[in-house]
Amino acid sequence: MDFFHVLVVLLESTIRVSVPLVFAALAGLFTERAGVFDIGLEGKMLGAAFAAGAAAAVTQSVWIGLIAAILISVLLSLVHGYASITQRGNQIVSGVAINFIVAGSTVILGEAWFRQGGRTPALAEGARFQIVNFPGADAIREVPILGPIYADLLSGHFLLTYLAFAMVPISWWILYRTRFGLRLRAVGENPGAVDTAGISVIWLRYRAVICCGILCGFAGAYLSLAMTAGFVKGMTAGKGYIALAALIFAKWRPKNVMLACLLFGFLDALAIRLQGAPLPLVGQVPVQLMQALPYILTVILLAGFIGKAIPPKAGGVPYVKER
Amino acid sequence: MSTPFAKLPVWVEYGLVPLINLAVAFIVAGLVVLLVGENPFEAAYHLINGAFGRGEYIGFTLYYATTFIFTGLAVAVAFHCGLFNIGGEGQAYVGGIGVALACLWLDQTMPWYVVFPIAIVGSAFFGALWAFLPGWLQAKRGSHIVITTIMFNFIASSLMVYLLTRVLKPLGSMAPQTRTFAEGGQLPKLDWLLSIFGLNIGTAPFNISFLLALAAAFAVWVLIWRTKLGYEMRTMGHSPSAARYAGIRESRITVIAMMLSGGLAGMMALNPIMGEQFRMQLDFVQGAGFVGIAVALMGRSHPGGIIPAAVLFGVLYQGGAEIAFEMPSISRDMIVIIQGLVILFAGALENMFRPAITRAFAMRGQRAAAVVQTKGA
Repeated sequence: MDFFHVLVVLLESTIRVSVPLVFAALAGLFTERAGVFDIGLEGKMLGAAFAAGAAAAVTQSVWIGLIAAILISVLLSLVHGYASITQRGNQIVSGVAINFIVAGSTVILGEAWFRQGGRTPALAEGARFQIVNFPGADAIREVPILGPIYADLLSGHFLLTYLAFAMVPISWWILYRTRFGLRLRAVGENPGAVDTAGISVIWLRYRAVICCGILCGFAGAYLSLAMTAGFVKGMTAGKGYIALAALIFAKWRPKNVMLACLLFGFLDALAIRLQGAPLPLVGQVPVQLMQALPYILTVILLAGFIGKAIPPKAGGVPYVKER
Repeated sequence: MSTPFAKLPVWVEYGLVPLINLAVAFIVAGLVVLLVGENPFEAAYHLINGAFGRGEYIGFTLYYATTFIFTGLAVAVAFHCGLFNIGGEGQAYVGGIGVALACLWLDQTMPWYVVFPIAIVGSAFFGALWAFLPGWLQAKRGSHIVITTIMFNFIASSLMVYLLTRVLKPLGSMAPQTRTFAEGGQLPKLDWLLSIFGLNIGTAPFNISFLLALAAAFAVWVLIWRTKLGYEMRTMGHSPSAARYAGIRESRITVIAMMLSGGLAGMMALNPIMGEQFRMQLDFVQGAGFVGIAVALMGRSHPGGIIPAAVLFGVLYQGGAEIAFEMPSISRDMIVIIQGLVILFAGALENMFRPAITRAFAMRGQRAAAVVQTKGA
């Protein structure tokens, strides 16, 4: 059962590292489906993680931390929205700008407020999310096969972990089964038609951007309030870009988003696990190759060699009302 | 808003508007300084003093500016063709391989003036190589250049970690870097240039690649505004459909523009590797590829604007280091915020103040016209 044990551990860490990716990629799904490209996912997540860590450290309340994360992330989203929807600026430039502003301010403010080299103070029990254990998890851990799956894989995660995976069907339902979702997708394909129908393109896109902010807030809060006890500078470490890659890999579909995030999370977990250990058949694989694999896969996908990734048609184009 | 924006005088378009955007960026940055509980005017004083106060500081300012001229030009060349190259970071990083290989091969036997041209070609070649694939994928397979170049930045960083920890590292050494180059791999300083003005550059690594950067800026100007290729690139950037009707081969131009852009980004590596550290280290690019975006936006993608914008960022980097030294509660990351704000206000929000400015000028124009009329009557 040794192999099985390794597999369970590997899958467990896959789930752990996938959670922020799922939140952030779903966040990107909402804006990009509405026609607003967002490479500021990284910045929003980082800003949210800092807000969560700082607020939770000051108030000792995990919930206030979560709310602060969502507020800051929505605020940053609105800046992106103002630049790219109202001012019709370049959406990519705006996203890059937000990533920079957040990367700098989290360090400066963190250092000024807490004086711990850009970190927030380590959070005590009540100020961070606790692991949720399913009933009877400990009792059936010894049962072969089913025991570890129930006790280690399904049980024993944070509340936000379950929320992240619940958000996948919820997002699907919102996007494909509600009027709001239909219009949101339409505005990303043909904003002119939506406008003709008498629906405000601008307000719809703003709502999509706000949804993105809320989800990025969860992603950030998970990083600083659940995965670790407090904010560390630059703690997103490119996760926002991986989420973006996952979103493209998923061809902008909710279920695929989850699978892509799990795949990239699995590669990440595997890379850590395999450090220095040779693989059967291929021999030793450099860790760096494993780390670059999500990006390489995305490039190959974008090139159309493994299916075609077609982004929403109106993506990246600011809407100008017909005169 | 039937006519989007009335035409503004040239000095307003290229002088006043960027200056207003820059001023707003600095005001917001000043607010951040206030939030930290420090005096923004004191910070501004240290910024200016730290960048210009001594010959040595000016040397450092120009050293940073050299780097940013290269990356700014790189972004601008792609911009003119309607391509947004965010991959300057990775292209500069990979360009370092060309510099390092030339130096490791020749530094012990040849003088710098033999090694330098080979290193230039090497850096431009490797930078262009790293930009070739994203360009080719955009041209032939329609993959979005922004996304591919982002991905290539990450791939480059993994590749370089691999190369520096396993391949290029000298035997028996622990640090992930190449060996230190001998004299042939070290560029001469430009101390004589500043000593004309009576300045002593001290330890500042201001070196001959600055002149190369100026030459590159001139070459880019010639290319974009004085050659057929540049004309085709600008046509494509302006209107891809017009370019198609004019029989311009889009995919060819796309690939060429990206390779030129990548080559320029790659040449950035000469400055830190041969001009300062005399070895290739991990992460020597330090975000210069992204600064290039801000520089190109500030400089309106024109070499005449990019050089002053690069100097401005040189001031920020050198002066920012001084702020961090003099005011301990403000770290160097302040530069990153200012950079972001410049990108935001000069790039994404560039039209925010335009309606007001246009209105102000329209009013002035009307008043002038009214004066002329009354005089005529």
